[in-house]
Amino acid sequence: MSADTKAIPSAGADMGRLLAQDVVIDGETAGPATGAQRIEPSHSPRATLAGQPTEPRPLPRPETLATPDLHREVEQFLYLQAELLDAKHWQAWIDLFAPEGIYWMPVAPEQTEWESSPSIFIEDKLMMEIRKGRVSHPNAWSQAPQWETNHLVSHVAIERVKGSTIVVRSRFHMMELRRDAIRHFGGRYTHTLLRGDDGVLRIALQRVDLFNSQASFDYVLQIWV
Amino acid sequence: MNVQLLVEPDRVHKSVYTDQKIFDAEMENIFEKVWVYCGHESQIPNAGDYYAVTIGRQPMMMVRAADGSINVLHNRCPHRGVQLVGNLKGNTGGAFVCSYHAWSFHLDGKVRAIPLARGYEGTAMNKSNPDCNVKRAARVDSYRGFVFASLAADGPTLPEFLGDAKIAFDDMCDRSPLGEVEVVPYCHRMIQQSNWKFFMENQLDALHPSVTHQSTGISAGRVEKRIKEKEGSAPLHYHYLSTFASSFEQWDSVQTINFPRGHGILKAYMGLRPRDPDTLEYEALLKDAYGEAKTEEYLSRSIHHVLVYPYLSVQSPLQQLRCLRPISPDKTLSEIWHFRLKGAPEAIYRRSLWYYNLVNSPATMINADDLENWTKAQWGLTSNGGDWVSFHRNFGDDRVENGISYSNHGTSEVVMRSQFQAWTKYMQGDAA
Repeated sequence: MSADTKAIPSAGADMGRLLAQDVVIDGETAGPATGAQRIEPSHSPRATLAGQPTEPRPLPRPETLATPDLHREVEQFLYLQAELLDAKHWQAWIDLFAPEGIYWMPVAPEQTEWESSPSIFIEDKLMMEIRKGRVSHPNAWSQAPQWETNHLVSHVAIERVKGSTIVVRSRFHMMELRRDAIRHFGGRYTHTLLRGDDGVLRIALQRVDLFNSQASFDYVLQIWV
Repeated sequence: MNVQLLVEPDRVHKSVYTDQKIFDAEMENIFEKVWVYCGHESQIPNAGDYYAVTIGRQPMMMVRAADGSINVLHNRCPHRGVQLVGNLKGNTGGAFVCSYHAWSFHLDGKVRAIPLARGYEGTAMNKSNPDCNVKRAARVDSYRGFVFASLAADGPTLPEFLGDAKIAFDDMCDRSPLGEVEVVPYCHRMIQQSNWKFFMENQLDALHPSVTHQSTGISAGRVEKRIKEKEGSAPLHYHYLSTFASSFEQWDSVQTINFPRGHGILKAYMGLRPRDPDTLEYEALLKDAYGEAKTEEYLSRSIHHVLVYPYLSVQSPLQQLRCLRPISPDKTLSEIWHFRLKGAPEAIYRRSLWYYNLVNSPATMINADDLENWTKAQWGLTSNGGDWVSFHRNFGDDRVENGISYSNHGTSEVVMRSQFQAWTKYMQGDAA
């Protein structure tokens, strides 16, 4: 009788004998692969479509030359930006941007440009002014219900300092209250800051990578995150 | 269920938006019978590529087979019912393998291997039994690269179902010098806390924009005016937003065309034929491809968007498509896609991308207020403050020719009346 047709021997009515028939299954078998071992890796539905990223994104190394003073200044800048949003000081928030400043929320982390691929937000200061004008209008109906946000910003790391340009990455968590429901948005900020001749830091580019950017959105984002 | 008691020529009973039994009947009689959009061929270019898609209440998957054909299968292992794919999209290689007991299936759904198959010897479940295969959609067809499936074996063909609404896909593809579009591989998925019908009605509702979207239209118009004063002209994308604040009278002049089966067209109002160098370069490419007369025909079609009832809104001149997947009476998912015109200059894509970003992204300054309206409509209709929803506007005033209703006023509620005529037929089991 070959191994693969061997039946489990009958124990009859002897329960003691039945329970004594211990079988140990090895993960590895000497014979030909069967069952799960025959599933080739190419049959995993987890493989991606062509053009979709397969490698995890590399983590940049922090800039070691940044001084504690610069760290503190940059952190205070990011905290101020978050507070301006939560307090609905829209114009003061817009004023943090340089004249050509851009606020960009791509759809996916692998995106590197916004002119030829879709974005969730892609706004210069004129478009920010339109958004500010909309939410400030008395007939912005969707602004009528109770609506508040609460931002936390952390993990601030200065990535690069070159001349008057400072690249900073950080993490955020935004809770939004609308009517009686709370939503959560989290992710990474990458700020490219410029120090002007007046010594003031302004945003040349704020990239916002939502970790839930490709999840379904229950209602929209009315204002910047 | 006597749907005739719910739908009168000029009003409908509120329960058609709120009642779970009516929703279930809609899934059975409409969504699980008609041709439902699954996706574009270019979403799954290679063998084994798949996208999960919901048809009515049925989790399905659209997959490219090795011979290049496209199959639409139930996402369900015939052994114990486990879903074969657990994510939205990917590549499954040469076969689907169930994660529970390793039953495997060819890309057309036929069973490939059953582990320890001798365990089925002498039982009804062996490889020659069709019950061992993944169940397929009854019918699959495509039109100009857009793939549809029907879960009903009988009924109109895809061209018959689309009828005059097939202009949605012709208009989009004809704008490509190669006659084809390809998908942009990101999909915005948005949930509305309201019945799917609000979306379909709203798409051709020309009375609402200047009310609902007043805040955005006015704010954008103010910035657009300032740019025009300074520069002489403003980029088209400011107009995309400012036009929403046009007057009632202007909106009343935009005609709707309402077809049998509930499909419809809102005619153009945005003036999408500027004379800048990019447009002229693009039009020259079209003339090379199609000649002067055809190019003029293609570019002068008056379409803002086309509805394929009951779930699709195609904005062909800007290559956008929104597809509804109803979840419950008061919850609907919309999938929002963008397409590229093959062979057209990049500038033409970028122009349409502005609309996609500003109007159809999850940070939309337009749908923010639509969604708010529909949420409040859903709540209003669950109340006992009234039983009926009025569609009386311009009732009796529309021009009907060959079963097609043309509004004499853009704001006529003929749109909703026409959609509910189709709805009633479907709900009575008349899918013809």
